[in-house]
Amino acid sequence: MSNQYQPEQEKFYGEHEGEHPPLAVVGSQTNRDERIFGEVFDGHVIRRFIGFVAPYRRQLVWSIVAVLAFTLTQLSVPLVIRYTVDEALVDTGAGTTALAIIGLVFFGLISLNYLANYMQEWLSNNVAQHVLFDLRRAMFAHLQKISLSFMDKTEVGRMMSRLQGDVNALQNFLESSIFVIGDLVLLFGIIFVLLTMNLRLGLMTVGIVPLLFLVRILWLPRARKAFIRARETQSSVNGALAEGINGVRTIQEMAREDVNFMLFRDKARDNLAAHLTASKYSQVMVPIVETLTGIAMAIVVFFGGTEVLSGTLELGVMVAFLFYIQRFFAPIRSVTMQYSIMQRAMAAGQRIFEVMDVPIDVDDRDGALDLKEIDGSIEFEHMTFGYEPDRPILNDISFRVNSGETVALVGPTGSGKTSLTAIAHRFYDVWEGSVKIGGHDVRDLTQATLGRNIAMVLQDPFLFTGTILENLRYHKHDASFEQVRQATEAVGAHEFIVRLPDGYYTKVEQGGGNLSVGQRQLISFARALVADAPILVLDEATANIDSYTERIIQKALSVLLENRTGMVIAHRLSTIRGADRIVVLQDGRIVETGSHDALIEKRGLYARLYSMNYASFDDIPEDLVQAALDSSQRT
Amino acid sequence: MPRTKIRLHTLGRIARMAFRHRTRMSVTIAFAVVAGAFQLWIPQLLGAAVDSSFTFFQRGASIEEAQSVLLLSAALLFGASVAHGVFTMLHNYHAEAVGQFIGYELRLAIYEKVQRLSFSYHDAMHSGDLITRGMLDIEGVRLFVNTGIVRLIVLSVLVGAGSWLMISTEPVLGLVALSFVPIVGWRAIVMRLRLRKSWHGLQRRLSVLTRIMEENLGGIRVVRSFGSQDYEMSKFDRTSNRAFNLTRHRIGVRVRNATFMSFAYFISMGLVLTVGGAMVLDGSITVGRLTEFLAYLTILQMPVRQMGLLVNSIARATTSGERLFDVLDREPEIHDKPGAPALKLKKGVLTFDSVGFAYEGQDEKEHTLTDISFEVAPGQTLGLVGPPGAGKSTIAHLIPRFYDVSSGSIRIDGQDIRDVTLVSLRRAVSVIQQDSFIFTSRLENNLAYGNPWVDRDHIEWASETAQLHSYIEQLPKGYRTLVGERGVSLSGGQKQRLAIARMLVLQSPIMVFDDSTAAIDAATEQRIRQGLASIAHKHATVVIAHRLSSLMHADEILFIDGGRIIERGTHQSLLRDGGRYAALYALQTNPDEDEAVDAKVFSRDGGLNV
Repeated sequence: MSNQYQPEQEKFYGEHEGEHPPLAVVGSQTNRDERIFGEVFDGHVIRRFIGFVAPYRRQLVWSIVAVLAFTLTQLSVPLVIRYTVDEALVDTGAGTTALAIIGLVFFGLISLNYLANYMQEWLSNNVAQHVLFDLRRAMFAHLQKISLSFMDKTEVGRMMSRLQGDVNALQNFLESSIFVIGDLVLLFGIIFVLLTMNLRLGLMTVGIVPLLFLVRILWLPRARKAFIRARETQSSVNGALAEGINGVRTIQEMAREDVNFMLFRDKARDNLAAHLTASKYSQVMVPIVETLTGIAMAIVVFFGGTEVLSGTLELGVMVAFLFYIQRFFAPIRSVTMQYSIMQRAMAAGQRIFEVMDVPIDVDDRDGALDLKEIDGSIEFEHMTFGYEPDRPILNDISFRVNSGETVALVGPTGSGKTSLTAIAHRFYDVWEGSVKIGGHDVRDLTQATLGRNIAMVLQDPFLFTGTILENLRYHKHDASFEQVRQATEAVGAHEFIVRLPDGYYTKVEQGGGNLSVGQRQLISFARALVADAPILVLDEATANIDSYTERIIQKALSVLLENRTGMVIAHRLSTIRGADRIVVLQDGRIVETGSHDALIEKRGLYARLYSMNYASFDDIPEDLVQAALDSSQRT
Repeated sequence: MPRTKIRLHTLGRIARMAFRHRTRMSVTIAFAVVAGAFQLWIPQLLGAAVDSSFTFFQRGASIEEAQSVLLLSAALLFGASVAHGVFTMLHNYHAEAVGQFIGYELRLAIYEKVQRLSFSYHDAMHSGDLITRGMLDIEGVRLFVNTGIVRLIVLSVLVGAGSWLMISTEPVLGLVALSFVPIVGWRAIVMRLRLRKSWHGLQRRLSVLTRIMEENLGGIRVVRSFGSQDYEMSKFDRTSNRAFNLTRHRIGVRVRNATFMSFAYFISMGLVLTVGGAMVLDGSITVGRLTEFLAYLTILQMPVRQMGLLVNSIARATTSGERLFDVLDREPEIHDKPGAPALKLKKGVLTFDSVGFAYEGQDEKEHTLTDISFEVAPGQTLGLVGPPGAGKSTIAHLIPRFYDVSSGSIRIDGQDIRDVTLVSLRRAVSVIQQDSFIFTSRLENNLAYGNPWVDRDHIEWASETAQLHSYIEQLPKGYRTLVGERGVSLSGGQKQRLAIARMLVLQSPIMVFDDSTAAIDAATEQRIRQGLASIAHKHATVVIAHRLSSLMHADEILFIDGGRIIERGTHQSLLRDGGRYAALYALQTNPDEDEAVDAKVFSRDGGLNV
């Protein structure tokens, strides 16, 4: 293949009309990693669940009582019918009085049924929602404390699907599991009543139950496969749809609509076919259950009827049998359905607790100092740190930033500058040595103290949805408008803010979409200034900003650093030269430190990079940096 | 009340969609009626069986004679049950199939529509909201079709035919048995109204909750650096508690009404038992008839229990349907004129003729672009420079008709771009954006995105030119490496190079670089430019950049501010003129000489003009 290869414009679309292109797909290709069904019973998940249900013990106990009461009333309705027939209607004599008594009893029963029904529904739904909200909260709260090294590796989207999708997947389980108790009691209750009313007829009808279980056991594995397939195709087609929406601009730009539609249609067809198959599987159970019911009814009518004829069976018992049979199969169905619900809940639970089980490494120790204000010095003492064991990113770092001083961190990509700033704020704990802020080891201070005293400006100026004013007050909710305005004026943000449609009350759209990168940067500067912390840690933004904004930002930076201790990851030469001291990092070690002039005189790495005459160190091509590194290593 | 009208209209539209599957729907209804008939036959058979056992017993008839009657009853019962089961299966399946087909049709329609709706629509619409419509709202409509409509049919068959059977045989007892029906209907309506009221509120609160969590995780470093975990938790709690309270309220409404409906049903049953019992005592009906009535009631119990679900599914389908039809009924603002011909490319000359542009809702004075005119022929490069918000990207967006001009015209080889088909236009124009979307897929699929039939050599040539080939080669899976959200993450510069390579594959006659090298270092950019030089004679190129080194070689440079061309000329002539361009150049080459340059660089009042 040569560099001169110059293909002619191809008329590819005309000749490929309707064909499947070889290099095209829609939707993410890696959706298989999330299991939909887990073990039916996962001890660990269950144990953790119990922890969340425990606070609602009393409601739970009451709801179980209600479920039992409800089931017993359900169970007794056919019995009342039996006694009506046998005592009031057939044994003529005390008919009317018996009927009145039965009417009263029945009314009592259904009142109890009403009450129990109300209680079981209200309590179980409530407990379920409580547990769901608690779980989501606990998970969210845990995410606030988990070390950043975990969060770095995890996509927001995936975490959100745990907070939302997996938590909601439990809803079904939580709402239905209490009723399983009722279903089981009902099933065994019916069997018990049938056998006691008439052993022979009871045995004949109950004999059908194992048949149904057998059918379901044969049916389940096949049906499950069909159900899983339906879910998979569903998530695949949804993924493709989401991609089509998120990437719509690129799709229109490249006129891929037709190809994508064709590919999407294939996925949608797969999904349709899978769902139709699944539906066949679920519907085939209906005639089976009905057939078994029919057999049971026929048995009762023929054999029961014969016994009634011969006077060995009361008519009421036969009627009661017929009514029991009608409700016989519903509990079996819901109990077996519960099987899949449990499996899905276990899979979701596993993913949820996997997150909640991530240990919190960075936490306030007992008796950590909570200081309002501290002196703004930063000191690293023989500090070593890395993200993965045995792979240190920073090695034996020692330096001190005095109160009020500005230190610029300089070095090629991957030299450990960002990690160094993160450690000063104790986003991570060091392996060896220590970091001291205002003379205190950061591990002896509360995280709130660090938050109050260190303001950080990150490269990506993340803004929250809300008004600009709310964003500016993010750290200090009680800052007066005057304070905020002073800050924005100082960094040069006031002018553009007041020109926005609603000034300070302009809503920041999702991701700050209605502001330019430069404007977001300035707001984040002002936000740090409002926070008014003695220490400022700043990661200077690199490319992507035009020279105009760049200019204002440069000025704002000097305002920001006034009377403050500053640790700045610097890219711009003007920033670097404005610093009191420069720390040059390379491969996680400090190679040089000193003022600009001193370092130039020293003719080391810094001097070489500087001599290349780029406005920003990031503009220096990689090969030149490498050359500079090589030559400074040789000297 | 116009709102109700719209809602009924939505349900009607869904129903019409369902009935378009005429055969399946007719089959569904026919089978539902047959299934219902068999189901309603069962109580009669039961009643007859009870009566025959009892009366034969009383009459002391011969066992054999009685048994043969019982055997017949048993056989009929068995047959009726099997038939009921089979027909229920069939109507359920066909109803579900109709639902699935409608889901399929809606899914395709939404996908198609979303892909064609213009940028202005997508600008105003939150992508997450659209995705929700395409996933959950389609489900809502589908569920209504395959369970809601069928339940409604079955319910009307059972209640309708059942009432007729009961009332025609025993008017008094029949009315007593059915006394719960109006109560259930009334509660169902009340419940529907109350649930509907809170539905939107709950959705809103849940979406706020989602946003809070999403932003917290996305901005976790900001949260940690300000030590704002407590504040974030309080934000979460406030919204979460509100959502919880509303959920509780909804549970209350549901539970109160559903349990009351079931209570009403049991009251009816109790009345049938006592009133019917009294009637048996005075000899006006038999025990069998009483059994029959009680069995009818048992059949009606299921539909009563499902009433709540039905009401829910109707409510959900109405809102979901509205949201879906809102998308489907929209026409893309930018579309082909009827009978528009394809663009006929002769040379590939791009002309802007006094183009003016304003975004929707913008008034005359704040026009984004005013009077922009230029021409670029193949082999030529036009450079656009100016402060942020000057309108440079808007110019880029107008060329492939992502938006339409408000005045003036854009022509390619003399043809107004509004007079030709969109497809032919967009294949002739490539815009490389600063933030381009990388698809979660293999690198080769991403590179071939615009032309998925392209051969490997072509792909490699494009990625080589974009200075991406050597990076790709050293990846273990090379061109088959998965990139994007779930794959290998690319740096900003690599993404931009991928976007450039992806466009190079297309070899469009007109190429627009919209600040597409901002994250690429200067030397690499230089090399990309050298690579492009060999094919430059074939293309008309427009370059938008902040870094002047990216466009100083252009044949013509336009300095844009406030949507107007302020200065134009070549790099040399602009420097000679000593205007804003020259000032910007001075700023970029001598960053240390500050104040003197400032006055010239900043146009009006030193602020950042957007």
